[in-house]
Amino acid sequence: MTYQAHFKVWRGDKDGGRLVDYEVEVNEGEVVLDIIHRLQATAAPDLAVRWNCKAGKCGSCSAEVNGRPRLMCMTRMSVFDQAEIVTVTPMRAFPVVRDLVTDVSYNYATARAIPAFVPPPGLKPSEYRMRQEDVDRVQEFRKCIECFLCQNTCHVVRDHEENKAVFAGPRFLMRVAELDMHPLDAAAEAGIDRKRAAQEQHGLGYCNITKCCTEVCPEHIKITDNALIPLKERVVDRSYDPLVWLGDKIRRRRGDTERH
Amino acid sequence: MPQVDTQSWDVVVVGAGGAGLRAAIEAREQGMRCAVICKSLFGKAHTVMAEGGIAASMGNVNQRDNWQVHFRDTMRGGKFLNNWRMAELHAQEAPDRVWELEAWGAVFDRTASGLISQRNFGGHEYPRLAHVGDRTGLELIRTLQQKIVSLQQEDEEEYGDHEARLKVFQECTVTRVLKTAGDRVAGVFGYERESGRFFVIEAPAVVLATGGIGKSFKVTSNSWEYTGDGHALALLAGARLVNMEFVQFHPTGMVWPPSVKGILVTESVRGDGGVLRNSEGKRFMFDYIPDVFREKYAESEDEGDRWYTDPDHNRRPPELLPRDEVARAINAEVKAGRGSPHGGVFLDVSTRMPAEEIRRKLPSMHHQFKELADVDITAEPMEVGPTCHYVMGGVEVDPDTAAAAGVPGLFAAGEVAGGMHGSNRLGGNSLSDLLVFGRRAGLYAARYAAALEAAARPAASPADIELAEAEALRPFGAEGGAESRGAAENPYTLHQELQQSMSDLVGIIRKEGEMQQALRGLAGLRARARRAGVEGHRQFNPGWHLALDLRNMLLVSECVARAALERTESRGGHTRDDHPAMDRQWRRVNLVCRLADESAEPAVTDSALGLVRLERRETPPLRADLLALFEKEELAKYLTDEELTS
Amino acid sequence: MATGTDPETTADAGARTARGGVDTPSRAAIPARHLRRDRWWLAPAGTAAGLLAFVVYSTWRAFANSDYYAAPYVSPFYSPCIAHNCVPMGGGADWDWIGPWWGLSPALLVLIFPLGFRLTCYYYRKAYYRGFWASPPACAVPEPHAKYTGESRFPLILQNVHRYFFYFAVLVAGILTYDAVLGFRDGTGAWGHMGLGTLVLLANIVLIWAYTLSCHSCRHIVGGRLRTFSKHPVRYRLWGWVSVLNARHMQLAWASLVSVAVADFYVYLVASGAFDDPRFF
Repeated sequence: MTYQAHFKVWRGDKDGGRLVDYEVEVNEGEVVLDIIHRLQATAAPDLAVRWNCKAGKCGSCSAEVNGRPRLMCMTRMSVFDQAEIVTVTPMRAFPVVRDLVTDVSYNYATARAIPAFVPPPGLKPSEYRMRQEDVDRVQEFRKCIECFLCQNTCHVVRDHEENKAVFAGPRFLMRVAELDMHPLDAAAEAGIDRKRAAQEQHGLGYCNITKCCTEVCPEHIKITDNALIPLKERVVDRSYDPLVWLGDKIRRRRGDTERH
Repeated sequence: MPQVDTQSWDVVVVGAGGAGLRAAIEAREQGMRCAVICKSLFGKAHTVMAEGGIAASMGNVNQRDNWQVHFRDTMRGGKFLNNWRMAELHAQEAPDRVWELEAWGAVFDRTASGLISQRNFGGHEYPRLAHVGDRTGLELIRTLQQKIVSLQQEDEEEYGDHEARLKVFQECTVTRVLKTAGDRVAGVFGYERESGRFFVIEAPAVVLATGGIGKSFKVTSNSWEYTGDGHALALLAGARLVNMEFVQFHPTGMVWPPSVKGILVTESVRGDGGVLRNSEGKRFMFDYIPDVFREKYAESEDEGDRWYTDPDHNRRPPELLPRDEVARAINAEVKAGRGSPHGGVFLDVSTRMPAEEIRRKLPSMHHQFKELADVDITAEPMEVGPTCHYVMGGVEVDPDTAAAAGVPGLFAAGEVAGGMHGSNRLGGNSLSDLLVFGRRAGLYAARYAAALEAAARPAASPADIELAEAEALRPFGAEGGAESRGAAENPYTLHQELQQSMSDLVGIIRKEGEMQQALRGLAGLRARARRAGVEGHRQFNPGWHLALDLRNMLLVSECVARAALERTESRGGHTRDDHPAMDRQWRRVNLVCRLADESAEPAVTDSALGLVRLERRETPPLRADLLALFEKEELAKYLTDEELTS
Repeated sequence: MATGTDPETTADAGARTARGGVDTPSRAAIPARHLRRDRWWLAPAGTAAGLLAFVVYSTWRAFANSDYYAAPYVSPFYSPCIAHNCVPMGGGADWDWIGPWWGLSPALLVLIFPLGFRLTCYYYRKAYYRGFWASPPACAVPEPHAKYTGESRFPLILQNVHRYFFYFAVLVAGILTYDAVLGFRDGTGAWGHMGLGTLVLLANIVLIWAYTLSCHSCRHIVGGRLRTFSKHPVRYRLWGWVSVLNARHMQLAWASLVSVAVADFYVYLVASGAFDDPRFF
């Protein structure tokens, strides 16, 4: 079962780089991350890569394999033909640091722009009561391992760097949806309108629901159908009269793009 | 030498797992400015791997549960070697820590009446583990991460800067705890993984929350981060490690394919009805119930099966014995030739639950086996075997304040702290340990720092910083001298040899001769590690990082081997082939490691000397009211006659 | 130290070069705009071809203004028929609401609603954004446009009216159901008969309903907008059913698109005399 595979791995940093060819041994049952580790231990000891759990639970080893955003630890070598060249590059929506490591701070900055869960006033910590059916939706979103593959794939920021300033990306719009669906979140009482914020601050309108986030999610979260579209519908709820709302939008078209 | 980038904070937390983040939240809420340093990205800590749940006696599913029962289970699980005060605090405070998470946005699975659901687990008398499917650790980390973000949002409002009072330095490694001449903690020295730049963070209080040591072993469920950094930092700073001989091998890790060998298969598989079978199809665990647990476990398969639905009138199946027992049993079955094709045993849920229920209750296990091993656990059994999972030993701390003994200003919480779990940890007690003692460490570190505020702050000596820098640069050959002569060693090779040696010689079953051999091997590795060299430059260079981590792994491995050689009995996570019985006399003894004073050249290469010195310490006697929670007959199995009569 | 969780402000953030997206200077320098080796173009091409075929066919049929009624069957393109120039449909939905001034095909008056429903449908949006507008053509394949504002501005912000089209779509589906029931008559209007056309109309209306009810807006309205399902057990159950349908929204969108064209074509064949409707009883 052991064979020699041909790998192309992007090596470089923000000043430039290239795809470097490697011949490397592959054994039965291995995943792409195993091969990257073998390269580190043999041909390329300074090959930079992020990884952690190697079990698809931490979301560290995000990269692009043959052009498709994937977790390297969950990409089995058996899905490739033995003669096929396997190309591994860093995520291409984020600034590169070195080799397969990218600067994902856009995501951390975006996370901070979303107001946290607001505990319901008047309830002591041990007094929370929630039914399972009321938390099912929220729990699906909380399966997110923050691998940022959805953020990387989303063409809104992948293809348009400037949109990073106005668009939170699927992961964090899903976070807004999660909080808006949380049965006990008391944001409204605290004067926070999550639906309006989704549209006006986090750029929900930029999403054109083309579902690449859902396609690449290693946790198989239905981001588009269960988070983004329901959030769009919730935003529609806010605009009680379509005509007033439409006029309002057209008038405000210009100068409405800066982040609040 | 250019000035090292230096910052000043009140409390530094090393590690951003459950304990570290909980400590940071507490320190910040106490009004201290707190810096968190972690090797990975914020939110990726090893805690996300925890699957089963958080043990807390809320009594939501069985109202008879309370902290006393939890305390009792914890002491039994640890074979009475636990620091009883820690076990007491842990059992008492765990429910509050869980409820608090809910107020920070955690969303646990629910009972029919809307309470936090609790599940059964090995060694716990009642359903006790608050959980979210089988991804509880992820929920815990995410909740703490989001709580930190919410505190940063408050600071942004107040100071216009998210990081005014709470900052996460991600992808940084700490290589030294810095001290004053007067032996107080003065801060930490480390490097940024991304750029390779060194930095110093001055702080009067340092909380170690670095997790465990599993990467010293070959087959492990632990991630690369688990190189025993905190253990080594504490030793090097003059603190002591206790109970290092106790290493938990989780009974169920994946055994195939080779690349995923060791990855955890959660205990909830058994808690929810999964059974262990050997190649003959026999549920062999019934043959391995030790005498101390005889009355607590089912004698027949029928009784065990009835327990899942009627726990009040039946005893639990032996698959749910504490982890050390199950791991040894699996080991014995495989040795006897009754193992599975890839050297494990079979863990089966497919014949025990409908496929739909398996997918709902064990989603990530289903996913993990499907994706990594091409096994559909709803249709076929899993192959599992023991994997190095957790170290019970760690920094000797004050049970109430989590302060490391002997080093003012140093605190430790979570896996890196020792004592709480005795000789063996129960599943679910880890996450609760992180929260209970993480909070305590943060609280007392903050108080310690606040009390120092008025007086002059401790300052690290520039000479120490220079030494730390030289040490970190050694793999590049920056330092001339004896040890850089000779061929450079590949750090990856050294690491593999260390793992092989520890797994083979100081693993799940231990023998005197093998451990002596291991100590000799460690001496050789120590000498070679001094010549570990790396290529390239300092920017995100994993070879360099590993070369630096080797120091820690070697130190910690020596502690494990020395303590294991010394303890001539079998107890919990320490099993001696040559001393198979538990000895009540040994219960009164804690083995404590400290750094040798003479850490110069001869000690490095001499296996008899080594870098670690071992001391025996008598365990403090259990308080009378806690002792009264147990039946006399049960105590007689653990305590010596003098202890019982006094 | 640049190791916090704050992004480093890069010098080129303000002064961006003409190259954008994956060629942004701070990102990994890879000459190829994408490295996908699978046939990623197949899905958008297929989608575009399918939609285009339907557009061509439906344009022809909508403007044709003939061969849309063959008692007892009416083409779904022409129902309800609300202009003066509709052919009489015995008992059918031919209502003279508009008056004789309208001289074009009556289909044009009502097709706006199903068309609007499908045009603003969350699935079709994905399909034509990808298929026709290449925004994006496929995941991790760069789109050719220099600027992108998505649905945040006029005109695409209008997509948010989907919900109102959904309400109309329910009305239309109700009328088509009525048409399908009328199919249980014979050519003279006597009840209790059935032919192949009846089956065609039935199959169509089942798919139309399934597609309409599987709509994301519908899912939201019946229960998705609730925060606490347990306080609304009936709506929760409805939401559960709609969610099951919703998971197949794409399949239903295509199936009902085909079925509506087939139903129309069947009526066309019968009405034009090219085919005799086999009568069962």
